[in-house]
Order: sequence, then structure tokens, then C-alpha cells
Amino acid sequence: MKRHPLYGLMAEFETAETLIAAARAAREEGYRRLDAYSPLPVEGLAEAIGFHDRRLPVIVLIGGIVGCLSGYYLQYWASAISYPLNIGGRPLNSWPSFIPITFEMTILVAALSAVLGMLALNGLPMPYHPVFNTPRFALATRDRFFLCIEARDPKFDREKTKSFLASLHAREVTEVSR
Amino acid sequence: MATEPLKGSPHLVPAPLIGPGYDYATVTDKISSIVLTQKTPRSWIFGFAVAFFLLMVLMFAIGRLFLLGVGIWGIEIPVGWGWAIVNFVWWVGIAHAGTLISAILLLMHQEWRTSINRFAEAMTLFAVSCAGMFPLLHLGRPWMFYWLFPYPNTMKVWPQFRSPLVWDVFAVSTYATVSLMFWYVGLIPDLATIRDRSKRRVSQKIYGILAMGWRGSAAHWKRYETAYLLLAGLATPLVVSVHSVVSFDFAVGIVPGWHSTIFPPYFVAGAIYSGFAMVLTISIPVRKVYGLEDFITQRHLDNMAKILLATGLIVGYGYVMETFMAFYSGSPYDKFMIMARMTGPYMKFYWALIFCNMVVPQFLWSTRVRSNITGLWVISILVNIGMWLERYVIVVGSLARDYMPTMWYRYSGTAWDVATYVGSIGLFLTLLFLFLRYLPMISIFELRQLVPPEKRPTAPGATRATVEG
Repeated sequence: MKRHPLYGLMAEFETAETLIAAARAAREEGYRRLDAYSPLPVEGLAEAIGFHDRRLPVIVLIGGIVGCLSGYYLQYWASAISYPLNIGGRPLNSWPSFIPITFEMTILVAALSAVLGMLALNGLPMPYHPVFNTPRFALATRDRFFLCIEARDPKFDREKTKSFLASLHAREVTEVSR
Repeated sequence: MATEPLKGSPHLVPAPLIGPGYDYATVTDKISSIVLTQKTPRSWIFGFAVAFFLLMVLMFAIGRLFLLGVGIWGIEIPVGWGWAIVNFVWWVGIAHAGTLISAILLLMHQEWRTSINRFAEAMTLFAVSCAGMFPLLHLGRPWMFYWLFPYPNTMKVWPQFRSPLVWDVFAVSTYATVSLMFWYVGLIPDLATIRDRSKRRVSQKIYGILAMGWRGSAAHWKRYETAYLLLAGLATPLVVSVHSVVSFDFAVGIVPGWHSTIFPPYFVAGAIYSGFAMVLTISIPVRKVYGLEDFITQRHLDNMAKILLATGLIVGYGYVMETFMAFYSGSPYDKFMIMARMTGPYMKFYWALIFCNMVVPQFLWSTRVRSNITGLWVISILVNIGMWLERYVIVVGSLARDYMPTMWYRYSGTAWDVATYVGSIGLFLTLLFLFLRYLPMISIFELRQLVPPEKRPTAPGATRATVEG
């Protein structure tokens, strides 16, 4: 497939409500490759652009289980298998004393997988991204809301999409170069 | 007198969390200007100079310690844990408020946490750094600190996993890691804001790298919020576990005055107590110097004072129960221990601690005291002192009066103990001053969420309708 010269079309909005409405309208119009940008988390926006991803909690759960089992096994293996040492006649696998470290390891690995998982799924760190070519995009981290319909969307058409976006109360519609 | 009237009716309508007249843009500009454009206040330069001087004192004290060994401190068997461990517990305790404010208050939907969570988290991080330093310095051979971790070695031995001291290594290092991640994840969107506001190439680059290319995409926000909430859920039991494990260092030992089941809850309450005291100690001057009274409002200080009072009462209950149990247990050693605490050579420390931690916070029942900023600041400092004394009484008081009178010892710290302690405050303050200057000290994106609805930009359709109507 030929690479489109544009990354997409970016519409700027002044409020979160118009952005959500515009995102919903674009979905209804049949656009599928779109993303919204906002200076603060907006409830319902991810759903409005058709985002569904429930992998992160699962990753964290797996991380927690891995941390828990490996934390316990580390202590069990070191104390009962690798170097068994009789301390005051206590059993080698003295599990109650192994709980605190098991707990800490559970939290540590779960927290690491939450942060690294979030960054990896979001594709961060990402030093360059075309949306930063939008002239007023710096305001996306201040007080403005943006909706981008990407050129790889099968329904994307430079002129038609532009006039469609302009009809959604957009303050301005700009072309985003790659 | 620096008295500010409480805004709004205290009982019916809570005062707003953010001063009047702010919208998304002004909130952003106000906080980011501290980092980017405002002239560095004179008081910052002065404060940083003092902090940096104290940091140099620390470097000197540590240098001497490395050369000559722990003999330069006042420790002597039986009092092997002197100021170093007192300082360790004190700093770990202070480190607890940050995560408490961030995680527990987030889970409980306490929106007022927003203005203070960022620098409370930073405070946590810096306090953990100070705390972690002390056990390592206390090792005698600090360069062998990695022996604490389970790693394959030529001696083929492992750490003793049944020992609370090893639990402590895992608890404190996990806590430091999780606090760092929590703080950094919270910073990412704000770093992007600073990146986009900054005019200079160097700062654009640096903040750009730190922001990791954050662009505020809806999908990113969604995952971000999930991750943040999960982290908060994980950090909450972690906070409780860390100071419980620290208390096990004492409670698992059979020393009279240590061997007690009340230690974990009483240590955790004490940690929250001292942590909130430290947040107050820092936030009161900071809001004044940077003119942040609109974000860290009277209501924030009032809420923190109430938490201080509540946890202070729990700590007070701990003191009373300790005394009661000593007599109720019928153990002559425990009884003797308590009497030695109250009337022995360290009685001054004990009664000063009772004054600072049990008497002083009672003033916080009064709304007038809570709204008197100078008074609140003084109380918070007294609580900090009291919590240090508490750890001193526990650590030194018990060790100096062991089971046998032949094992008794009169301990006091040396000038080098003082230099290391004061120096650690220097390290803490230096890091804090650098943080205040170079990073957004209040969470901007969370503050935007507090902008009242009437200040949010309205839909163009709606505006037009009102104008035409």
C-alpha cells in the first residue's frame, strides 16, 4: 500500500465535551483510525474513540503471581536446598518467616509490571511522533483538546475528512505531516 | 499573627480546594512558571546554600567514618544501635506520608490530596534515601553492603531469611523502588507540559527526554489511569508492611521494651504521624514563598492537622498500652524497663517525648489553632522532634538497661553522630530544594481536574445560545 504523504488531519477543540461528541460522530461516520489528545484524562473519551484494551490489569496480576512464587521459592531454595542450616531446630522450610519477603516481592514485581506494562503498551518512550508537527499541539498539554483522524484510515480522504471535521465545532483543522 | 480565616462554612459546605478564578490555562501557567520563567526567589538561594552546607557536613562526617570506623560514634556494646538506627527509623517514618497521601487518599477519593501529593511523594523519596543510608553506614564495612542481598557468591551462603533485618532490606528497597515509580509516573504528563511550555532548547531537550514523548492520547490516558490506580492499590498495603517490618526489627528481639505485639500498628501510626508533620513543616513555608495559597489552601492545612491529631491519639494510646502491659504482664524486666524509662537516666528524653507527642497535638482540637499557620508550623516541628525522641527512647533506653546490671551502659551520641544526623537533613533539604526549582511541585494535570465546572471552557454551541438569547 502506498504511504500517504500526510499522517492525518488534526482538529482542535475548546472543550472536552465537544471533543467527545466529535470522536463519537467520527466513529459513527465510519472512521476507525483516530486518536484524541487532551491535557487531562477525560472520562468516556477512550470509549468514544473505540479503545478497548484490558491487558494491563492481567499483566499486573501475572507480575504479582510471579513475584509471589519466585520470592517464596528463592527463600525456600536457599534455606532448604542450597544451604540447609539448622537454626534453633526450626524446620528448614519455616514458611511463616518467609511471608514478609514473599509479600514484598509480590508488590515489587506487580508494581514494576504495572509501570513497565503501561509504558510498553503505550509505546513509550517515543522520541518522535508526527502529531507534534501540528502547529498548536503544544496546547494539548495546557488547555486544548485535539482529535486526529489518521491517513491510514480506509475512509480517509483529504478534502472530505477535512470538511467533516470542520462541521464538528472544531476551532481549526490542520494537516499533520509525517 | 498569620491567621487566615477559614473560607466557607466549616461544617456545611467544604471550602474550595483551589482558589477562585483559575481555569486550565492559568493553573498550568502558574505552576510551570515556577520551573521555567520565575526568577529564583532569594529565599530559595539562601535555603539551598544552608542545605548544601549541611550536605557537605554529611560528606565530611561520612568520610571520617570510612577512614576510622564506627568507633567515632558513641556506640558501645550493649548499645550497638545508637543514633544511626534512631535516624533510620525516624526517616523511614517520615517517608510514609508521601505514599499515604498519594495512594490511600487517592483510593478514598480525597480530592484535596492533589495539591500536596507531588511534593509529599518527593519528600518520601528523599526521606527514604536518607533512611537507607544509615543502616549501610552502620554496617562497619559499608562497602560490603551487597552481602545483604541474595546473590550467588564464592562462599555459597545466603542471607538468613528468617531474620527481620533481612526482611527490612527487602521492605525498604521495595518501598524506595515503588515510591520512585509512583512519583515518576505521576510526573510524566506534567513533564510533557513543561516540555511544551519551555522556550529554551536545553530545557526542551531535558524535559522532553524525561517526558518520554507523552502526547496525552486518549488511549494512553486510559492505560495511565489504570496503571496509576493499580499502583496506588499496591502501594497501600506496602506502606503498612514497611513500617511493620521496621518494627519487627525490634519486636522480634527479646529485649524488654521491644518484645511487644503492639509494635507494628503503633509504629505505622507513628510513621503517618511524623510524615504528616513533615509535610506540614515543608508545605507551610513553600506555599508562602511561591505564593501557592490558592492551591495549598487553608482547608488542606486543616485536613492535615486533623490527621495529625488522629494519628497522634493512636500513638498516645500506644504509649499508654506499653506502660499498662509492662505492669499487667507481671514480668519484672518489663516493669523495670518502664520505670527506668520514666525515672532513669533517659527520663528527660521520655518526658520530652510525651510532651511533644501526647500533649502538644491536643491543641489541634481547636479550630483556632488549626487555622493559625504559625502555630501549626511550630506544632509540626515539635511533633518531628517528639518522634525522633520516641525512637531514641526505644532504641537506647532498652539497650542500655538489659537483663543484667553488668550489661548496663550509659550511652550518648558523639559530635559525629550529630554531624551525620544534621548532615542527613542537609541531604534531604538539598534534594528538596532542587526538586522545588526544577520539577513541577504540584501535579498540574490533577489540578486541572479540580477546576470548577463554571471555569471550564464551555461548548461553543452553548455560548452562542446564551449570547443570542
